[in-house]
Amino acid sequence: MTTDNAAPGRIDSLEARIDYYPTHEIAGFRLRPGKPFPFGATLVPGGVNFSIFSSHAVSCTLVLFNKGAEEPLAEILFPDSFRIGHVWSIMVFDLDCETIEYGYRMDGPFDPAVGHRFDKSKILLDPYAKAVGGRDVWGKPPNWDNIFPYRGRLVFEDFDWEDDRPLEIPIEDLIIYEMHVRSFTRHTSSGARHPGTFAAMRDKIPYIRELGINCVELMPVYEFDEFENSRRHPDTGEMLYNYWGYSTVNFFAPKAGFAATGRLGMQVDELKTLIKELHQNGIEVILDVVFNHTAEGNERGPTFSFRGIDNKTYYMLTPEGYYYNFSGCGNTLNCNNPIVRSIVIDCLRYWASEYHIDGFRFDLAAILGRDPCGAPLSNPPLLESLAFDPVLGKCKLIAEAWDAGGLYQVGSFPAFGRWAEWNGKYRDDLRCFLKGDAGKVGALSQRIQGSPDLYGWNGRGPTASINFITCHDGFTLYDMFAYNYKHNEANGEHNNDGCNDNESWNCGWEGETDNPGINALRKRLIRNAWAILMVCHGVPMVLMGDEMGRTQYGNNNTYCQDNDLNWLDWGLAAKNADLLRFAQNMIAFRRAHPALRNRYHLSNQDYMGSGYADITWHGERAWSADWSNESRVLAFMLCGRHAKSGTVCDDYIYVAMNSHWETRSFEIPMPAPAGGKWHVAVNTGMPAPEDIFAPGSEPELGDQGHFLVTAYSVVILVARHSGLNTNLVKPEEPGRTKKSKAKRK
Amino acid sequence: MIIETKVEGANVIATVSGDIDGKTAPQVQSELLAALQAGNRLLVDMNGVSYLSSAGLRMLLLLYRQVASKKGKVVLVSVSEEIRDTMSMTGFINFFTLAETREAGLAALA
Repeated sequence: MTTDNAAPGRIDSLEARIDYYPTHEIAGFRLRPGKPFPFGATLVPGGVNFSIFSSHAVSCTLVLFNKGAEEPLAEILFPDSFRIGHVWSIMVFDLDCETIEYGYRMDGPFDPAVGHRFDKSKILLDPYAKAVGGRDVWGKPPNWDNIFPYRGRLVFEDFDWEDDRPLEIPIEDLIIYEMHVRSFTRHTSSGARHPGTFAAMRDKIPYIRELGINCVELMPVYEFDEFENSRRHPDTGEMLYNYWGYSTVNFFAPKAGFAATGRLGMQVDELKTLIKELHQNGIEVILDVVFNHTAEGNERGPTFSFRGIDNKTYYMLTPEGYYYNFSGCGNTLNCNNPIVRSIVIDCLRYWASEYHIDGFRFDLAAILGRDPCGAPLSNPPLLESLAFDPVLGKCKLIAEAWDAGGLYQVGSFPAFGRWAEWNGKYRDDLRCFLKGDAGKVGALSQRIQGSPDLYGWNGRGPTASINFITCHDGFTLYDMFAYNYKHNEANGEHNNDGCNDNESWNCGWEGETDNPGINALRKRLIRNAWAILMVCHGVPMVLMGDEMGRTQYGNNNTYCQDNDLNWLDWGLAAKNADLLRFAQNMIAFRRAHPALRNRYHLSNQDYMGSGYADITWHGERAWSADWSNESRVLAFMLCGRHAKSGTVCDDYIYVAMNSHWETRSFEIPMPAPAGGKWHVAVNTGMPAPEDIFAPGSEPELGDQGHFLVTAYSVVILVARHSGLNTNLVKPEEPGRTKKSKAKRK
Repeated sequence: MIIETKVEGANVIATVSGDIDGKTAPQVQSELLAALQAGNRLLVDMNGVSYLSSAGLRMLLLLYRQVASKKGKVVLVSVSEEIRDTMSMTGFINFFTLAETREAGLAALA
């Protein structure tokens, strides 16, 4: 038994177990049979327990390296007695857990026709590795001849969370901010000490909080390789990367290159510190997870992990042994194979418990509902398991409910009472209405109510609908009103990449212009988008930078751009201060009004005896919405007595939307209740600062009977209900810890 | 790795020089713990430490916890800017009292 206190990597004596002593010696290392569970590499007193499974390998070798070394330190062939079932496990003692890197060689058949592609010449990354070395510093060119490019590392899983845990903010109260960690602070204008990192994002938390955001959704932060398919643009010479990161190398390890301390191997602590501080500020963290494919590509791609460990288990294969490509990225993870299902569940549990992640957004989630041959399942076991998992019991589960194989499940994603969806129909309908298309008011009325046409039939409610107009895929909000067409030449694919159905409108000139009329119209349309998004039932999601008019110069697919096309220019906050102020106040408006955030669909009935239904529909004439095909105007009123299903009292809210090119007069549907007065909260037809008023400071409306809504404008009025006091307009506390309350005034 | 310890009144003063990593952390820990038999107020002068690894940070935190449980105190002195930065980004800094100079450190201990 080892009792040497000075053993490398050991910092405390914890000899409590009687079986943690070496029984064998191989290649100079003292070791013993390991524990099959948990999979991966786990620090144990005096050593490390390694465990890995493969259903089809015939032998397995643990390969140890010193950090960064070209040649292995040791290769330890697992004695057959160390295998139980399909799992090889070994405990190796006296390792310095900070300097060891590990991988495996797997021996087995190479017979692609039956699905096997073993290659024992490759040293493979453990799918359960908790940290990965090899891409420690973003953009540092790798040694392409490295025999072990992505290296498993050991991590301390002892982060001191103190009293933190996931915030569990009700999903209907979230305002989600979709963002890319590197893009957020990489631009020099961010002033960050370590641009483009978790640490720099942490320094910007006050900005996120003051904007009113209570949830950030991080584009992939799993280890990916920015050099995957990297190339130079043939014309410009610009380096093009796998920048967004939708191509996973390892599902358990945070992206080292996103950590300022990645070169020290401390990315785990840095990310956890960021999450802890976000939580202290009442901000949840959702991770964008990419379980539809891996970075190994198809049969022509590299073998660095899954393919070499158990190809037939991990990937969906055609009867001939080729890769199904439902992801559009070369391969498809075999998610409804029971083993792969387990690793997905293990992974999410790990992030929820070890990193205190609040929720997950599943990229191309329709794939998760396909069987191993690719056919859609009516009752996909993986989705069901995730919905009922105890550790994930309070996590938000959000599906991108389509895939690249043509399966489109918006409104029909197997939800098991848990899953929400990126509502692609919301995006499309809102874009069409905003740019003045005819025939959209009917659809708009559904989107305003949280899409009961999509989520009402099976009782899912508005909380199933993640409402968004823009996301990382496609135009930014500014570009949506500055470009009719995509301009993706910078991606080096002759503008053939990216989608063509943008439903955008350049307002009369393609791209940047000095024309003040066009620029004013663009800004008004941006405000309209913010205004409508914030008064819809469902869960609003906004894209990083849309609050300050970020542009990608018409590029609608910036997946490969490590430059100004993606980096947030913080100078825009001053340049477009009026937009930022509008966005901030519009978020504050939503947070001030529970009537906008019901958990259940509106009934269009008066079940509170207030004299008004929870929602009523209007147009230029009160009580008479124009649903005709040529209509481009719609108004609605929310009854404050029906807020949160009638459990709280809110103001009455009246919203008039005019996407017509002419000014329209709207008749206000009723006198303000109980002798009160209507007040103007928002009028996007007015220049700043008359465009929006902070909750509680809205000026009284002069003519209480009618309102002129100028072309392409949105007006929002509020009327206090009798017996209400101004307490109602105080934004709700999103967090629950004492610290978070102390920090927010 | 050079570790010097001395007792000054109620204070234990330790001067550590060299890199503190997975290999040296156990030695630092055991020597500092031994020195703490003489008192529960510890000043660690880290002027000679240019590298503090993840394991080194954890050793310091364990040490801090052990001292705190005896109602003692730990102050780190002359921590390099780079190490301070790393401690900040990884959250460890919140657990420690840091001082620029030995005098300030002693004042913080009192």
